[in-house]
Amino acid sequence: MAATSPAPVTLVLGDEELLADRAVSAVVAAAREVDPGLELHDLVGAKVEPGQVSGLTSPSLFGDGAAIVIRSAQDLGKDVIAEVVKYTARPAEGIVLVLAHPGGVKGKALVDGVKKAGAQVLTVSKITKSGERLDFVKGEIRRAGRTIAPDAAQALVDAVGSDLRELAAACSQLAFDTPADRKGIDAAAVARYYRGRAEVTGFTVADAAVEGRLADALEQLRWALGTGVAPVLLVSALAGGLRSLAKVGGAPRNLRGGQLASHLGMPPWKVDRVRRQLGGWRADGIARAIQAVADADEQVKGGGADPAYALEHAVQTIVACRAMTR
Amino acid sequence: MSVFDDLVGQERAAAVLVQAASAAAEAVAGGRGAGMTHAWLFTGPPGSGRSTAARAFAAALLCPDRGCGHCELCHQVAIGSHPDLESVRPQGLSYSVKQTRELILRAAGAPTLGRWRVVLFEDADRTTEAAANALLKAIEEPPPRTVWLLCSPAPDDMVTTIRSRCRLITLVTPSAAAVANVLATRDSVPPALAEFAARAAQGDIERARRLALDEETRRRREAVLSIPVSLSGVGECISAAERLVKTAEEEAAAATAELNETETTELRKAYGEGSSGKGLNKGLVRGGAGALKELEDRQKSRATRIKRDTLDVALLELVAFYRDVLAVQLGAGVVLANEDRRADIDDLARTTTAERSLRRIDAIMRCRERLAANVNPQIAVEAMTLALRP
Repeated sequence: MAATSPAPVTLVLGDEELLADRAVSAVVAAAREVDPGLELHDLVGAKVEPGQVSGLTSPSLFGDGAAIVIRSAQDLGKDVIAEVVKYTARPAEGIVLVLAHPGGVKGKALVDGVKKAGAQVLTVSKITKSGERLDFVKGEIRRAGRTIAPDAAQALVDAVGSDLRELAAACSQLAFDTPADRKGIDAAAVARYYRGRAEVTGFTVADAAVEGRLADALEQLRWALGTGVAPVLLVSALAGGLRSLAKVGGAPRNLRGGQLASHLGMPPWKVDRVRRQLGGWRADGIARAIQAVADADEQVKGGGADPAYALEHAVQTIVACRAMTR
Repeated sequence: MSVFDDLVGQERAAAVLVQAASAAAEAVAGGRGAGMTHAWLFTGPPGSGRSTAARAFAAALLCPDRGCGHCELCHQVAIGSHPDLESVRPQGLSYSVKQTRELILRAAGAPTLGRWRVVLFEDADRTTEAAANALLKAIEEPPPRTVWLLCSPAPDDMVTTIRSRCRLITLVTPSAAAVANVLATRDSVPPALAEFAARAAQGDIERARRLALDEETRRRREAVLSIPVSLSGVGECISAAERLVKTAEEEAAAATAELNETETTELRKAYGEGSSGKGLNKGLVRGGAGALKELEDRQKSRATRIKRDTLDVALLELVAFYRDVLAVQLGAGVVLANEDRRADIDDLARTTTAERSLRRIDAIMRCRERLAANVNPQIAVEAMTLALRP
């Protein structure tokens, strides 16, 4: 037996579902390698009854191995937790126990208990930074035996969004669909299958509208509505964008840099950005655009038939107001 | 001395109510009681004393002496502890069907003290449409001794079906002189201040009293009235709007914070927090979390309403200001509500036209409509201040 056998008790700790699932499967696969004939018991925390774990882990007549997986281990009862912790201190031979716990306070006794009793802990934490997401994509492609260009990886994350399961699926699809003779996957290949943005915030729409990019703004607006951004949030983002314009535009002329930023209560980078956006705007235009946003808010809150129309109309009015010469 | 003495400048309404109270007394004594009605709708502009009038009438019905104003029962009505007076004042944004149904049930009982069972429903215009419909049957055919007293700013605020089932009492805006007189005699406010407050409040007695007695209210009025002059550019409009909304928020927070705190503590106590004994002291008992959530929702709704009402007061002050400007522009010989801002008013009257003033008043009214339609206050007020620019 060349394969090293996995630890008798493994705790997979973390709330990134895909990674947790993978970690669990990896442990089970490693155990299979050691003992191809092992029996797999896949249990859900809430349904495990007291005594069940003891029953499954007690040695069988024929000395068969077994892998026991308990998912959602945070739902285990108090008695079962005590049982599991006790078992962890003295694990049986040939049996692999895997516990998946999402972290957090619920069922914390289990986590503390088995850690103390010497279980192996695998931590799978939620991916929140975009850099980590890019690394994930690169890793996924590498698993499939391919490579991906950095700009292509970025394009893919933009288009698919932050859900790891979807990203993983997209990666394997890409690896499968692009011709294998060229090892690297480039931005063009990504663009063929994935286009646009999965996640558009109200601010993207507002920026495009305020900068007068009508087509962009409308496209982003559709994306945002399509991916479930609440119309109310879009309206308030539009109002926020125009409000910043009015504030920066109406600020005293003698203030500069940091002074101006603190006078307006905005971070300096934002002041700079709004400064750039101000080109092409006049006071009357801003005033009229804010009226349009107020109208849109009223319609979105039930005064109109279709929030999407109200928003589109507001975006169009904003862009038209920017072009107003007086 | 009678309970109707508290009504300021409402001689006609008071006469009708006195007559009805005698008819009611006759009905209690076993007579025909012609002239008494089972449902009344008190309408009048804000501060004209709708609920005061309704309460006075309730006292007149419940007092054996037709509202003497000094017996025990009159006193109980005045402080709201009379067992036969069911007093309702919606605190949230609206009054729901569920609450209305419970009210109808309470209203159906026989009077404990043998005279009348009176339901005093202040701000009845806050009922939702469904709630108003639930009221219809109860108002049309109440039990023989139940009387409904509804209050709303205008008859149009109630659905037609309710309106047609009620006898209408219309209160008028009391004259500034009458209000000033009341302030001077009842609250012993110096005459000059009383006159200023009465004029500025434009017939709203409650507001006049607050203006006369509370320094903070006067300061807030100054802040609001300084807005029209300050609106020179877009930036100023935005910051003026921000100030207006922020003041309203702070006021709502101040008015509710303490109240919320006590309510929450009491509810938690009712659900077993801090109690001792076997099986207790384990946090809230079953249902506690749900009840707390419900209370929080109610508190939030109340805070929103206070915030909206505060903003509305400010908006109405602005309307009064531009109305004064308009009066000067048209040369109308009316008393200005904001005589103390004479210089600003004359200035604005000279530099703009009557049409502009009307448009500005329209913009403020539009803002009030938007606020009522649940538009984000900051956006609505910004749109308004921008429309007020020169």
